[in-house]
Amino acid sequence: MRIKINSSAIKETRWHQLATRFCIGGLITAATGLIAKRYGPAVGGLFLAFPAIFPSSATLIESHQKQEKEEAGVQAPKRARQAVSIDAAGAAMGGIGLLVFALFVTEFIEKFTPWLVILAATAAWAAVSFLLWFLRKEA
Amino acid sequence: MKEILVRFLVGGLSVSLFAFLGDLFKPKSFAGLFGAAPSIALATLLLTVGKDGPHYAAIEASSMIAGSVAFFVYSSAVSRLMMHRAEKALLAATTLLPLWAAVAFGLWYGLKK
Repeated sequence: MRIKINSSAIKETRWHQLATRFCIGGLITAATGLIAKRYGPAVGGLFLAFPAIFPSSATLIESHQKQEKEEAGVQAPKRARQAVSIDAAGAAMGGIGLLVFALFVTEFIEKFTPWLVILAATAAWAAVSFLLWFLRKEA
Repeated sequence: MKEILVRFLVGGLSVSLFAFLGDLFKPKSFAGLFGAAPSIALATLLLTVGKDGPHYAAIEASSMIAGSVAFFVYSSAVSRLMMHRAEKALLAATTLLPLWAAVAFGLWYGLKK
Protein backbone atom coordinates (compact mmCIF):
# COMPACT_ATOMS: atom_id res chain seq x y z
CA MET A 1 0.00 0.00 0.00
CA ARG A 2 1.34 3.43 -0.95
CA ILE A 3 1.57 6.41 1.41
CA LYS A 4 -1.17 8.96 0.66
CA ILE A 5 -2.42 12.25 2.04
CA ASN A 6 -5.71 11.74 3.89
CA SER A 7 -7.52 15.04 3.35
CA SER A 8 -10.89 13.76 4.66
CA ALA A 9 -9.46 13.11 8.14
CA ILE A 10 -8.36 16.75 8.36
CA LYS A 11 -11.85 17.96 7.48
CA GLU A 12 -13.40 15.61 10.06
CA THR A 13 -11.12 16.82 12.86
CA ARG A 14 -12.94 19.22 15.19
CA TRP A 15 -11.47 22.22 16.98
CA HIS A 16 -12.14 20.70 20.41
CA GLN A 17 -10.12 17.62 19.41
CA LEU A 18 -7.17 19.81 18.40
CA ALA A 19 -7.49 21.79 21.63
CA THR A 20 -7.55 18.54 23.65
CA ARG A 21 -4.31 17.37 22.05
CA PHE A 22 -2.69 20.77 22.59
CA CYS A 23 -3.65 20.79 26.26
CA ILE A 24 -2.57 17.18 26.87
CA GLY A 25 0.79 17.81 25.16
CA GLY A 26 1.28 21.05 27.06
CA LEU A 27 0.32 19.51 30.42
CA ILE A 28 2.61 16.48 30.01
CA THR A 29 5.55 18.69 28.95
CA ALA A 30 4.99 21.05 31.89
CA ALA A 31 4.58 18.07 34.25
CA THR A 32 7.81 16.50 32.95
CA GLY A 33 9.65 19.73 33.85
CA LEU A 34 8.12 19.76 37.33
CA ILE A 35 8.89 16.06 37.91
CA ALA A 36 12.51 16.64 36.82
CA LYS A 37 12.77 19.59 39.20
CA ARG A 38 11.26 17.66 42.14
CA TYR A 39 12.76 14.18 41.63
CA GLY A 40 15.74 14.89 39.35
CA PRO A 41 16.35 14.59 35.59
CA ALA A 42 16.72 10.79 35.70
CA VAL A 43 13.07 10.34 36.78
CA GLY A 44 11.80 13.25 34.66
CA GLY A 45 13.50 11.78 31.59
CA LEU A 46 11.31 8.66 31.71
CA PHE A 47 8.31 10.84 30.81
CA LEU A 48 9.93 12.07 27.59
CA ALA A 49 8.59 8.83 26.08
CA PHE A 50 5.18 8.97 27.77
CA PRO A 51 2.36 8.00 25.37
CA ALA A 52 0.80 11.44 25.79
CA ILE A 53 -1.56 11.76 22.84
CA PHE A 54 -2.02 8.05 22.22
CA PRO A 55 -5.40 7.67 24.02
CA SER A 56 -6.90 10.77 22.38
CA SER A 57 -5.57 9.81 18.92
CA ALA A 58 -6.94 6.27 19.28
CA THR A 59 -10.35 7.66 20.25
CA LEU A 60 -10.27 10.00 17.26
CA ILE A 61 -9.45 7.17 14.85
CA GLU A 62 -12.20 5.03 16.34
CA SER A 63 -14.84 7.74 15.93
CA HIS A 64 -13.71 8.62 12.37
CA GLN A 65 -13.79 4.96 11.35
CA LYS A 66 -17.22 4.35 12.88
CA GLN A 67 -18.65 7.36 11.10
CA GLU A 68 -17.04 6.41 7.78
CA LYS A 69 -18.06 2.74 7.87
CA GLU A 70 -21.59 3.36 9.13
CA GLU A 71 -22.13 5.66 6.17
CA ALA A 72 -20.93 2.85 3.89
CA GLY A 73 -23.16 0.29 5.69
CA VAL A 74 -20.24 -1.81 6.95
CA GLN A 75 -20.09 -3.35 10.45
CA ALA A 76 -18.54 -0.35 12.18
CA PRO A 77 -17.25 -1.39 15.64
CA LYS A 78 -15.06 -4.24 14.38
CA ARG A 79 -13.49 -2.13 11.61
CA ALA A 80 -12.93 0.73 14.04
CA ARG A 81 -11.15 -1.61 16.49
CA GLN A 82 -8.98 -2.96 13.69
CA ALA A 83 -8.05 0.59 12.60
CA VAL A 84 -6.97 1.46 16.15
CA SER A 85 -5.00 -1.79 16.38
CA ILE A 86 -3.17 -1.06 13.10
CA ASP A 87 -2.43 2.51 14.25
CA ALA A 88 -1.03 1.16 17.54
CA ALA A 89 1.15 -1.34 15.65
CA GLY A 90 2.55 1.63 13.71
CA ALA A 91 3.19 3.44 16.99
CA ALA A 92 5.11 0.40 18.26
CA MET A 93 7.46 0.69 15.26
CA GLY A 94 7.77 4.41 16.00
CA GLY A 95 8.64 3.39 19.56
CA ILE A 96 11.79 1.69 18.27
CA GLY A 97 12.59 4.97 16.47
CA LEU A 98 12.04 6.74 19.80
CA LEU A 99 14.62 4.44 21.40
CA VAL A 100 17.13 5.40 18.69
CA PHE A 101 16.34 9.10 19.34
CA ALA A 102 17.09 8.65 23.05
CA LEU A 103 20.33 6.72 22.42
CA PHE A 104 21.47 9.34 19.90
CA VAL A 105 20.85 12.28 22.24
CA THR A 106 22.46 10.46 25.20
CA GLU A 107 25.59 9.72 23.20
CA PHE A 108 26.14 13.01 21.38
CA ILE A 109 24.47 15.94 23.18
CA GLU A 110 27.53 16.71 25.30
CA LYS A 111 29.96 16.32 22.39
CA PHE A 112 28.38 18.50 19.69
CA THR A 113 26.10 21.55 19.34
CA PRO A 114 23.03 20.48 21.38
CA TRP A 115 20.25 21.79 19.14
CA LEU A 116 21.91 20.20 16.09
CA VAL A 117 22.10 16.87 17.94
CA ILE A 118 18.38 17.09 18.83
CA LEU A 119 17.56 17.88 15.19
CA ALA A 120 19.71 14.98 13.94
CA ALA A 121 18.12 12.66 16.54
CA THR A 122 14.67 13.61 15.19
CA ALA A 123 15.86 12.77 11.68
CA ALA A 124 17.17 9.43 13.05
CA TRP A 125 13.76 8.74 14.64
CA ALA A 126 12.05 9.38 11.28
CA ALA A 127 14.58 7.32 9.29
CA VAL A 128 14.40 4.28 11.61
CA SER A 129 10.61 4.42 11.97
CA PHE A 130 9.96 4.81 8.24
CA LEU A 131 12.48 2.06 7.40
CA LEU A 132 10.89 -0.37 9.87
CA TRP A 133 7.43 0.40 8.48
CA PHE A 134 8.67 -0.16 4.93
CA LEU A 135 10.44 -3.43 5.82
CA ARG A 136 7.34 -4.75 7.62
CA LYS A 137 5.13 -3.82 4.67
CA GLU A 138 7.45 -5.69 2.29
CA ALA A 139 7.70 -8.80 4.53
CA MET B 1 5.41 30.08 36.71
CA LYS B 2 6.68 31.62 33.48
CA GLU B 3 8.81 28.53 32.81
CA ILE B 4 5.80 26.22 33.26
CA LEU B 5 3.76 28.34 30.86
CA VAL B 6 6.53 28.27 28.24
CA ARG B 7 6.80 24.47 28.61
CA PHE B 8 3.01 24.17 28.26
CA LEU B 9 2.92 26.25 25.07
CA VAL B 10 5.99 24.67 23.42
CA GLY B 11 4.89 21.14 24.39
CA GLY B 12 1.33 21.76 23.20
CA LEU B 13 2.57 23.05 19.84
CA SER B 14 5.03 20.19 19.36
CA VAL B 15 2.48 17.48 20.21
CA SER B 16 -0.19 19.15 18.01
CA LEU B 17 2.20 19.34 15.05
CA PHE B 18 3.08 15.64 15.14
CA ALA B 19 -0.56 14.68 15.77
CA PHE B 20 -1.54 16.72 12.70
CA LEU B 21 1.08 14.86 10.63
CA GLY B 22 -0.40 11.60 11.90
CA ASP B 23 -3.85 12.68 10.70
CA LEU B 24 -2.46 13.68 7.34
CA PHE B 25 -1.23 10.29 6.15
CA LYS B 26 -2.69 7.00 5.00
CA PRO B 27 -2.41 4.02 5.58
CA LYS B 28 -3.15 3.83 9.30
CA SER B 29 -0.02 1.83 10.13
CA PHE B 30 2.16 4.62 8.66
CA ALA B 31 0.15 7.38 10.35
CA GLY B 32 0.58 5.47 13.61
CA LEU B 33 4.34 6.12 13.52
CA PHE B 34 3.61 9.75 14.42
CA GLY B 35 1.93 8.62 17.63
CA ALA B 36 5.45 7.74 18.76
CA ALA B 37 7.05 10.97 17.57
CA PRO B 38 9.50 12.56 20.03
CA SER B 39 7.16 15.54 20.50
CA ILE B 40 7.47 15.92 24.31
CA ALA B 41 11.17 15.04 24.17
CA LEU B 42 11.86 17.70 21.53
CA ALA B 43 10.11 20.44 23.49
CA THR B 44 11.63 19.40 26.83
CA LEU B 45 15.20 18.82 25.64
CA LEU B 46 15.39 22.10 23.70
CA LEU B 47 14.20 24.04 26.76
CA THR B 48 16.39 22.00 29.14
CA VAL B 49 19.56 22.54 27.12
CA GLY B 50 18.99 26.31 27.19
CA LYS B 51 18.31 26.44 30.93
CA ASP B 52 20.23 23.58 32.59
CA GLY B 53 22.88 22.67 30.01
CA PRO B 54 23.68 19.57 27.90
CA HIS B 55 24.75 17.35 30.83
CA TYR B 56 21.29 17.66 32.43
CA ALA B 57 19.69 16.91 29.03
CA ALA B 58 21.93 13.85 28.62
CA ILE B 59 20.70 12.45 31.97
CA GLU B 60 17.08 12.98 30.87
CA ALA B 61 17.76 11.33 27.50
CA SER B 62 19.43 8.31 29.13
CA SER B 63 16.28 7.70 31.20
CA MET B 64 14.20 8.16 28.07
CA ILE B 65 15.76 4.89 26.81
CA ALA B 66 13.72 2.98 29.42
CA GLY B 67 10.63 5.09 28.62
CA SER B 68 10.97 4.26 24.91
CA VAL B 69 11.12 0.51 25.54
CA ALA B 70 8.02 0.93 27.72
CA PHE B 71 6.32 2.84 24.89
CA PHE B 72 7.01 -0.06 22.51
CA VAL B 73 5.59 -2.61 24.97
CA TYR B 74 2.55 -0.40 25.70
CA SER B 75 1.61 0.28 22.06
CA SER B 76 2.13 -3.40 21.12
CA ALA B 77 -0.19 -4.37 23.98
CA VAL B 78 -2.84 -1.85 22.86
CA SER B 79 -2.58 -3.18 19.31
CA ARG B 80 -3.09 -6.80 20.41
CA LEU B 81 -5.92 -5.94 22.79
CA MET B 82 -7.81 -3.95 20.16
CA MET B 83 -7.36 -6.70 17.56
CA HIS B 84 -8.57 -9.56 19.77
CA ARG B 85 -10.97 -8.02 22.31
CA ALA B 86 -14.03 -5.83 21.81
CA GLU B 87 -12.81 -2.90 23.88
CA LYS B 88 -13.33 0.84 23.45
CA ALA B 89 -10.16 2.54 22.23
CA LEU B 90 -10.06 5.04 25.10
CA LEU B 91 -10.58 2.28 27.68
CA ALA B 92 -7.83 0.08 26.22
CA ALA B 93 -5.38 2.97 25.83
CA THR B 94 -5.89 4.34 29.34
CA THR B 95 -6.13 1.06 31.27
CA LEU B 96 -2.80 -0.04 29.78
CA LEU B 97 -0.98 3.16 30.86
CA PRO B 98 0.12 1.48 34.14
CA LEU B 99 1.89 -1.10 31.95
CA TRP B 100 3.95 1.75 30.46
CA ALA B 101 4.79 3.00 33.94
CA ALA B 102 5.69 -0.48 35.24
CA VAL B 103 8.03 -1.24 32.34
CA ALA B 104 9.59 2.26 32.32
CA PHE B 105 10.27 2.41 36.08
CA GLY B 106 11.19 -1.31 36.29
CA LEU B 107 13.71 -1.07 33.47
CA TRP B 108 15.10 2.26 34.72
CA TYR B 109 15.55 0.80 38.21
CA GLY B 110 17.13 -2.36 36.78
CA LEU B 111 19.59 -0.41 34.61
CA LYS B 112 20.45 1.92 37.49
CA LYS B 113 21.54 -0.96 39.78
